[in-house]
Amino acid sequence: MIKIKLLPIAGHFAENKDKAKELRIKRINPALKKGDSVELDFSGVTSATQSFIHALLSQLIRQYGIDVLDKIDFKNCNETIKKIIEIVTDYMQFRE
Amino acid sequence: MQKNQIPGNILCVRIHLPNSAFLGNIDSFLRSFDPSLPDELIITSNNKWVSVHPMVIAMVAALGKDISPDKIKVEAFEARSKHYFERIGLFKFLGKDSGISITVHDPSGRFIPLTKIKNSTQQTKFLTEMIPLLHLADNPKQAEPIQYIVGELVRNVIEHSQAKDGAIVCAQYYKKSNTIRIGIVDGGVGIKKTINKSHAASDDFEALRLALMPGITGTTSREGGTAENAGAGLFFIKSIAHVNRDFFLIYSGTAMFKLLKRSSDEEISLQSNPINDRHSKQKGLPYWNGTVVGIDIALDDTQEFSVLLDLIRNIYSTSIRERRKEKYRKPRFT
Repeated sequence: MIKIKLLPIAGHFAENKDKAKELRIKRINPALKKGDSVELDFSGVTSATQSFIHALLSQLIRQYGIDVLDKIDFKNCNETIKKIIEIVTDYMQFRE
Repeated sequence: MQKNQIPGNILCVRIHLPNSAFLGNIDSFLRSFDPSLPDELIITSNNKWVSVHPMVIAMVAALGKDISPDKIKVEAFEARSKHYFERIGLFKFLGKDSGISITVHDPSGRFIPLTKIKNSTQQTKFLTEMIPLLHLADNPKQAEPIQYIVGELVRNVIEHSQAKDGAIVCAQYYKKSNTIRIGIVDGGVGIKKTINKSHAASDDFEALRLALMPGITGTTSREGGTAENAGAGLFFIKSIAHVNRDFFLIYSGTAMFKLLKRSSDEEISLQSNPINDRHSKQKGLPYWNGTVVGIDIALDDTQEFSVLLDLIRNIYSTSIRERRKEKYRKPRFT
């Protein structure tokens, strides 16, 4: 399993979509391609925007299907971050 | 509307800052001048007292930013108002000497002066500094929605507006109402041009309506958006304002949508289609090149952000499912 700490990349308020995209392309997607699981550790991240989480996850769901969530562990998420992740994974399952 | 054609085809715009212009009574101010690319700017003000929303100050700054300071005239400012506009950075922004000297105090607890944000690095720095400046660092319940709103709105400007100067932001805390008022303005291409890359909005108001709906983005016509854009940012912000019983205004091109304050006995009811919200609208306003957003956050009424997210999750999913049903067609057998 690949373990990634979000705080040093995204800061306390995770809003920079460029960082989310970079993380997805350079670290998460290559790990998934190899068949590895990924742990995203949000400890220290107090909030995130929906745009950030969308940039982090939506393309992975498009690419691998919703089962990709079985390969990703979201660790140490507070209530806000949990709910934003749920919103994004919800609407990605209803997409065209 | 004040637009004076001076010999030699120079477009001179006169803006009068009234006694009061807040989101509740802003409409007459928006109609009072033509913001289309002036060559000269004359700014006058009420001779007794001027108290205006930060959005108004950001609009004046945005209009003046491309005009040479020698083509900007600031007339008849009553002394106390002049001090306020000096402190919030309007004269500096316009390259004008106000002629007054003030002792610059730490702005903490009062306002965020006019700030230009052109890229992600500047945005991250601004968002980090903003909360302590507004004295909200020890109150995450109040800080969270404000940081969220400014973060999403500024990112919209940076990503979609094509405004060469990025976003112009200004905010003020009002002690009497315990409210933070925020203005975010750009001089970019506007909502209609952005939305119409993937949709067919017939006019500026329809473009605003689409932009406020969840799952609709100018980057694609597909539900769910692209890898980088979901089309949810403005819907989230409108929803935060609704739940917290605050004003939210967006003006682009010739149209304005204003979410009206929810009364204390009115139930929370998030709407995916902004037309179903309690709102006012204007069509045929003087053309604003770009987008203007104003929002009020009453700190007394701030709801837990996580409660708000539950509500948003529910309406977002329902809305996308309903739109998919609308598009679903059965084969017709005759």
